[in-house]
Amino acid sequence: MIRVVLPAHLKTLAHVTGEVKLEVSGQESPVTQRRVLDALEARYPMLLGTIRDRHSGERRAFVRFYACEDDLSNSSPDAPLPERVVAGEEPFIVLGAMAGG
Amino acid sequence: MSGVRVLVGTRKGAFVLTSDGRRGDWTVEGPHFGGWEIYHLTGSPADPNRLYASQSGGWFGQLIQRSDDGGKSWNTVGNDFAYDGDVGEHLWYDGTPRPWEFKRIWHLEPSRDDPDTVYAGAEDAALYLSTDGGAKWTELTALRTHPTGPSWQPGAGGLCLHTIILDPVHQGRIYTAISAAGAFRSDDGGASWLPINKGLRSGEIPDRDAEVGHCVHHITQHPSRPDTLFMQKHWDVMRSDDAGANWREVSGNLPSDFGFPIAVHAHEPETIYVVPIKSDSEHYPPEGKLRVYRSRTGGDEWEPLTRGLPQSDCYVNILRDAMAVDALDPCGIYFGTTGGQVYHSADDGDSWAPIVRDLPPVLSVEVQVLP
Repeated sequence: MIRVVLPAHLKTLAHVTGEVKLEVSGQESPVTQRRVLDALEARYPMLLGTIRDRHSGERRAFVRFYACEDDLSNSSPDAPLPERVVAGEEPFIVLGAMAGG
Repeated sequence: MSGVRVLVGTRKGAFVLTSDGRRGDWTVEGPHFGGWEIYHLTGSPADPNRLYASQSGGWFGQLIQRSDDGGKSWNTVGNDFAYDGDVGEHLWYDGTPRPWEFKRIWHLEPSRDDPDTVYAGAEDAALYLSTDGGAKWTELTALRTHPTGPSWQPGAGGLCLHTIILDPVHQGRIYTAISAAGAFRSDDGGASWLPINKGLRSGEIPDRDAEVGHCVHHITQHPSRPDTLFMQKHWDVMRSDDAGANWREVSGNLPSDFGFPIAVHAHEPETIYVVPIKSDSEHYPPEGKLRVYRSRTGGDEWEPLTRGLPQSDCYVNILRDAMAVDALDPCGIYFGTTGGQVYHSADDGDSWAPIVRDLPPVLSVEVQVLP
């Protein structure tokens, strides 16, 4: 179970209040940023295009990804996420940068 | 008695202002989509309960919202605004080539007779069409790929397609305007486009009479006279009586012919309204006096309308999509300011009053008359 924390605007869009919990299996392939976001957008299609570009898949410029007190924004989207995120002990945090609106 | 619903898009959300047909007591609802830029919020002429909103922001990009119940509830629809085929390049401010890059939807124009058909004008300039209520958007590529496209340059607000007029009489005729490319007309539903800028003269470009490159701010049309168009250009108020083939200046005695919106009276096709702004670097009214100017002669002769508007220390701007008229009699006129006021007149512009004073900066104003 992957825990995802969304920023307030995206929680409103997705009609959720707390953390989002996603089933992303790490048994056959690593749990990565791309797989988590794929699962997030599959469950909440209204978020398509709000976190990453719909076509290139690139993170939007003013969106950041944090986990386990690290900034993963510029990590490869195919890099394995930290084990504590995969284990559901820490959330994968999506947030808006301190500029951009 | 009929009701009036004013749809207001602002820098930080959407607001809905409602009144009965007397237009004296108003209810303010909102913000909807708080924190987001609502470049445009508008209703379908075919179904007043069908509303569309362009919701965007620097963090999370572009969304389109749709309501089927007059704004009581909203749902996101499609936001896949892809440039179709070769993206190509236009000119940047410094004259160097730059690839087209989608930034936002400035304007939504629902069909006159089908609530599910709606056009969208984008920055960087492109025209999109949805025929399924906004679920899927298809670019009408002939405009962006017009042979003059590589020479288009952005205005100060970006290379934005901000005006879409669906001709009420000539089937398939569409007018668009792009800052700072100019005005274009299609007679075949968007399959091909003709620049219609003859008569525009712009001192900001090397060839003042160029085929394209003019910073058109807004165009309006009265449905009873579809071949007559009124334009507020960067500088100059213009009119055409031959569907844009030729333009002539009608700025007349305006204190400044710079401005953004232009509107035409609902029942008098030669009565038009503008809000003069001092200059392109001073985006506020001349002398700090907020004055709507009305011409009852289709331009050239203008009178200031001041009753109820601040006549000192007023330094707001009125943006291009932030003025609208209702279809009641007397005609109601509405406009919003960058200071967050929405003013209205219920007597053809003779007197004005604020509906609300302290909204975020107003980007767009539309009005619906409800049964």
